Amino acid sequence: MASERHGMVEKRGAGLWLTHVFMILGVLVIFFPIWLAFVASTVTQPEIVQPPMPLWPGDQFWENYSRALLSGVNVPVSTMLLNSFVMAMGIAVGKIVISLLSAFAIVYFRFPGRTTFFWLIFLTLMLPVEVRIVPTFEVVAGFGMLNSYSGLIFPLIASATATFLFRQFFLTIPDELAEAARVDGARPMRFFVDIVVPMSRTNIAALFVILFIYGWNQYLWPLLITTDPEMNTIVMGIKQMFPSGDDVAEWPVIMATSILAMIPPVIVVVSMQKLFVRGLVDSEK
Amino acid sequence: MEKRVTFKGWLLPLALIAPQVVISAVFFFYPAAQAIWQSLFIPDPFGLSAKFVGLGNFEFLLSDKFYRASFLTTAVFSILVTLCSMIPALFLAVIADRLIKGSGVYRTMLIWPYAVAPAVAGVLWLFMFNTRVGVVSWYLGQLGYDWNHVLNGGEAMGLVVVASAWGRISYNFLFFFAALQSVPRSVIEAAAIDGAHFWRRFFTIVLPLITPTAFFLLVVNIVYSFFETFGVIHTITAGGPQQSTTILVYKVFSDGFVGQDLGSSAAQSVILLFVVGLLTVIQFKYIEKRVHY
Repeated sequence: MASERHGMVEKRGAGLWLTHVFMILGVLVIFFPIWLAFVASTVTQPEIVQPPMPLWPGDQFWENYSRALLSGVNVPVSTMLLNSFVMAMGIAVGKIVISLLSAFAIVYFRFPGRTTFFWLIFLTLMLPVEVRIVPTFEVVAGFGMLNSYSGLIFPLIASATATFLFRQFFLTIPDELAEAARVDGARPMRFFVDIVVPMSRTNIAALFVILFIYGWNQYLWPLLITTDPEMNTIVMGIKQMFPSGDDVAEWPVIMATSILAMIPPVIVVVSMQKLFVRGLVDSEK
Repeated sequence: MEKRVTFKGWLLPLALIAPQVVISAVFFFYPAAQAIWQSLFIPDPFGLSAKFVGLGNFEFLLSDKFYRASFLTTAVFSILVTLCSMIPALFLAVIADRLIKGSGVYRTMLIWPYAVAPAVAGVLWLFMFNTRVGVVSWYLGQLGYDWNHVLNGGEAMGLVVVASAWGRISYNFLFFFAALQSVPRSVIEAAAIDGAHFWRRFFTIVLPLITPTAFFLLVVNIVYSFFETFGVIHTITAGGPQQSTTILVYKVFSDGFVGQDLGSSAAQSVILLFVVGLLTVIQFKYIEKRVHY
């Protein structure tokens, strides 16, 4: 009912055009850094190092992107993309699975230590990995998990946001369903698999979007524990592509890598926009 | 709130909760306890033994002028990031809210920067303002302004603030837009009939109604600028020049990993822990209120 909603207070005529102009200006300003990176990824190095660089794409798209993907600077960008993908998926799936299980236990059972566990999990909400980096690094090093996928993933799934979301949602599932399952003699895990998980699928999808981006965009943790370039993720690997000292950076390749680094999360956000907005609102509540 | 209907047994629920408890214990509680424990010691230069100093590390930190400067830097940085990301977002949301057609397209375009990692945003802005090849710095040079964030602390701060705020504009926009859409039209139309102009309506009716969202975003953005901006700072300035962009999280990293001063780094972690705790309490207190609202 958009027309009725806006009724008489929306702008018409010149005012409407002005509103569009403001909006387009805003979008252009916000978009400019991405546009410039894209342009830089399609031109030659000499065109960039003699400023000002062009503001319209050149014809080096394939050259720059294939160079980035196949050889990169320290390691092919395709390797870094794979590492980022494994890390982001591991964090998203891992966190969702362990949170579904623990939220189910907390909501649907009465067992000794339940409240204590609940509060212990609650505490982990409060401390981002940035704050405990040195000791966490020592633990991971002690397990021999440096330069490994498990080292990249496990320390980042030890947080309770998802558990809380699922707990909130499970509490809204009608009691009658659990009652019926119990009367039918269904075992708890049957109920979990047949009723609880299917009912949570929207929440799961929304959370997946948020967690995938969270995992993909990690910087500090991969920077600390992946000393082997073969294990670099793309977001932290870009910085490693800058030369130390006075050498000139290979801007076209670096910018192609930046564009490649933002494509997967952008696809996830734009294609699942509704779920994404829902996930944001849910996870911040 | 509790369930009336529950299942029997305690072995199964313990098994279900075990993965999360084990992972939290190993990668969260043990390291956090270690941080507190290490903060009470000063390791010798060879790392063979450590001397117990009680609260010595904390006393030293609080009297250290670099650490106090870092506190101030963090405060300035997070206030600027919060303002620079919330005001443009509110402005864009107000405009988008007035459009019937096309706001979906604009929204899709505006969401993009949220998906860009802070570290990648850092690289994009570094590229624009690079002293040798940057487009913006070159045009500034043509206008007679000599941009050099590598030497000028104020410019460095400006650059990391803008690069950090950029992606957050998307995030804040989404929340403001949702809040504006939920303001009842009847109220606004009533005011319009009474002859109140757009900005008058905005300040007297709309703004008070979206204050809860604004306050929520305020807290969330401060938390963001405290912790998640590490990537921006590391890629653009590495804390320099002369520590002018060394925020607290960056200092934990640089003292702990670069400077190998584990006792001090651990003590800084503990102080940050209190800061996060405080912010979380504020956030939850506020959210409690929001539910009633």
